Amino acid sequence: MQDRHIVGASVPRKEGWDKVTGAARYVDDMVLPGMLYGATVRSNIARGKIRKTTFDPSVAWDEFVLVKAQDIPGKNCIALILDDQPCLASETVNHPEEPILLLAHADRHKLRRAVEAVSIEYEPLPPVHTIEESERRAPIIWGSDNTFKSYLVEKGEVDAIWKEAAHIIEGEYFTGAQEQLYIENNGVIAAFDPKNGVTVWGSLQCPYYVHKALMALCGLPEDKVRVIQMETGGAFGGKEEYPSMIAGHAALLAIKSRRPVKIVYDRMEDMVATTKRHPSQTRHRTAVSKDGKILGGEIEFTIDGGAYATLSSVVLSRGTIHAGGPYYWPSVRIRTKALATNTPPHGAFRGFGAPQSLFAMERHMDHIAKVVGISPAEIRRRNFLKPGQTTTTQQVIREEIDLHHLLDRALELSDYAAKKARFANENKAGMLRKGMGIAAFLHGAGFTGSGERYLNSVVGVEAGADGNVRVLVSSAEFGQGTNTVLCQIAAEALGLPYENVAIAQPDTAVVPNSGPTVASRTAMIVGKLVQSAAKGIKETLTEAGLLDDDYTPEQFRAACQKYLAVHAALKSYARYEAPGNVYWDDEKYRGEAYGAFAWAVYVAEVTVDLTTYAVTVDDFVALQEVGKVLHPVLAEGQITGGVAQAIGFALYEKVVWQNGRMINNQMTNYIMPTSADLPPIRVFFEELGNAHGAHGAKGIGELPMDGPAPAIVNAVEDATGIRFRSIPLLPEDLFEALGPALLEQDAPSSTRGTA
Amino acid sequence: MNPLPAASAKCEVSFTVNGEAKKLLAHPMERLLDVLRNDLKLTGTKEGCGEGECGSCSVLLDGMLVNSCLVPVAQASGASIVTIEGMSAHALMHPLQKAFLECGGAQCGICTPGMILAAVHLLENKPEPSAAEIREGLAGNLCRCTGYMQIFEAVARAARRRVAK
Repeated sequence: MQDRHIVGASVPRKEGWDKVTGAARYVDDMVLPGMLYGATVRSNIARGKIRKTTFDPSVAWDEFVLVKAQDIPGKNCIALILDDQPCLASETVNHPEEPILLLAHADRHKLRRAVEAVSIEYEPLPPVHTIEESERRAPIIWGSDNTFKSYLVEKGEVDAIWKEAAHIIEGEYFTGAQEQLYIENNGVIAAFDPKNGVTVWGSLQCPYYVHKALMALCGLPEDKVRVIQMETGGAFGGKEEYPSMIAGHAALLAIKSRRPVKIVYDRMEDMVATTKRHPSQTRHRTAVSKDGKILGGEIEFTIDGGAYATLSSVVLSRGTIHAGGPYYWPSVRIRTKALATNTPPHGAFRGFGAPQSLFAMERHMDHIAKVVGISPAEIRRRNFLKPGQTTTTQQVIREEIDLHHLLDRALELSDYAAKKARFANENKAGMLRKGMGIAAFLHGAGFTGSGERYLNSVVGVEAGADGNVRVLVSSAEFGQGTNTVLCQIAAEALGLPYENVAIAQPDTAVVPNSGPTVASRTAMIVGKLVQSAAKGIKETLTEAGLLDDDYTPEQFRAACQKYLAVHAALKSYARYEAPGNVYWDDEKYRGEAYGAFAWAVYVAEVTVDLTTYAVTVDDFVALQEVGKVLHPVLAEGQITGGVAQAIGFALYEKVVWQNGRMINNQMTNYIMPTSADLPPIRVFFEELGNAHGAHGAKGIGELPMDGPAPAIVNAVEDATGIRFRSIPLLPEDLFEALGPALLEQDAPSSTRGTA
Repeated sequence: MNPLPAASAKCEVSFTVNGEAKKLLAHPMERLLDVLRNDLKLTGTKEGCGEGECGSCSVLLDGMLVNSCLVPVAQASGASIVTIEGMSAHALMHPLQKAFLECGGAQCGICTPGMILAAVHLLENKPEPSAAEIREGLAGNLCRCTGYMQIFEAVARAARRRVAK
């Protein structure tokens, strides 16, 4: 067996060569014989009843395949949690981009004109566009009270603490929608034949989500639906639930036409019609002692879910559990809800509710510091969770996490104290104001509470007669390194070279359901299962007397060959087993919310230019504890990429809404960071390990999305003295807040100048 | 996909792609991107935004880095076009590919062909670029995965290796 460790080494990315040569195959690179192109006719009002559909007679409609709601063979819904979202609207529409009709044609130019030649008349109904309107329930647009889901978390006697408090500190915070903006748009190809049923190739994160949705929609049994993930050009949560919709559309057209159908959105359709990060509002009311200790508080967290329930209840759950940050709350009451509005449903996006509630928490901590009269670093020190203490859901922290050490190290790495002092002095003059901001936070890895138990994931590992091993999982690669990390774990477990291990293309006809590729669960949960399944291969060979405990790859190959001479296959499967000490109460929202948390302290250094009102991030330190780092280069890439997206969330990316529709649905006017906009993002790890993950790994993918926005806005407050409460924070917001104050300051001096 | 006029009269277009002479019939306003991908099956060139913002469809046209989604095919008549598929023999290609793999410069890979062409174009003009020149040189190519840091590192590493030779 080899001595060199594969886990922890930066081995080459499995599909890397194909990506750097342009050979990697994405769905739009695939063409099937006789293939048609599909397009979607969508509503153009936010809410109303469909009255009449007119087809412009100048179009040769008999050349087109047309699918309406009535053509759906199964149930007209996108099956997910609640089956409330139709695949095609038939009587009413509930958002301005709701799919109504589907068209297919071999000529894409004709198709585009045909979509424009369908006109639909509506009887408009009054829409709801904001959280406030939805709360007022005027009108009710979903269920009995516009509420998809609400949670209540209670710990201790909150009502008793207010009278003990030296300070009662309130704050309200807002975050906007954010577009995932994966560079590859949503796309699928569907094919149908009566014998094999529906096959879909797509850009997606969760093959079995699509599989489940297509079974319901097409009225087909499990073995007549096959979903294959193609190389996927970014996802970030944006390809978690929406692929079920677009795959459903392509499948319906394929069933009707009996020809393969490709639907690939262009950028404008992708941005206007698919999911975004839930907008949020958070209210904090916190009781604090004279010396800055949190005694307790109330947190109200509300998210805008859009027109249908989709994943809002789960996003809300994560936002709820993260709302108290990495702090010890002796008592707390957290009330949260996800509300309906007449916009396209909001959905999964890296962080999944946590970036929203943590933005509020970390801005509020700076506010508390100011009121109490201590520094932002000190307020955090006095309230950090310690091992043995409990979180807001009363989960005992069993890890030996030392947040004081993380904070001290992050402050040192960012030269915080010296810079803060220097900037305070330099900011007295000139048009550039500089500031430093801190955010401390945590991110739970894996599904919340009992989620992993319900998922009941299975992974497989198989070995061939050539001694090569293949990992069988539905976990998808979309840039984050799934293929590489899972192969590293299998190679390490079997003592084989990394090159001898490959990963199967996620194909529901080939791989078992290892759960969705979400929630920072792949390395930790699926990785651990891969490790067990790989060990199962070794045990099979050992028990068959074909392999000793110590072996070379050549001996392993010989053993596989002998085994397969008498057996049909050499496969091993592993199923998720919940750790014994995990207790979760779904009713009271109490208990062990996550198998492990990743922890972080980030520090941002910013410049606010009082001439242009632009904020520039000059330096960014990202220090985190994510358990064992399985692949240093990939891990660092997760952090830099997440921080960049979060800088966009904080300072650039504004979705402009008009009557429930995004109107800046282009890369030209929805601005994500370019290579010229970002600071050096300096990444540092601490490795504590984790009992539950493969080699002690925890989740990493979402963590870096949580901290940068509050760190940056805290730094902007440090620079300007203004307490901004809302992101994205654009130059016009700074102008509005700072402009008049500056003009007042400037007026007398300019008068003096001309006198 | 832009809608084309209904009666789309096709015309003959000739150009060189990756060193091979090509002659084909296309509507003059057809995007070079679509001709490369659909007619010539060169799918390494990707579409990201269709409006010249993201750079995923970058190709070299007579040595210039262009967004092929903004080039009507008629405008490419007589030009010499190089796509990612035609780069394998280029002296910069192997060092860049190797450095992208080592440094983590490719994650989801969809921006990578365009990014590598932009890097080739940069290093051809500035063999020893400064950090600021790398940032500037790649600013027309958007990447949503990496936060660019590992791409900068890859380009700098490829440049250093080339100069060391």
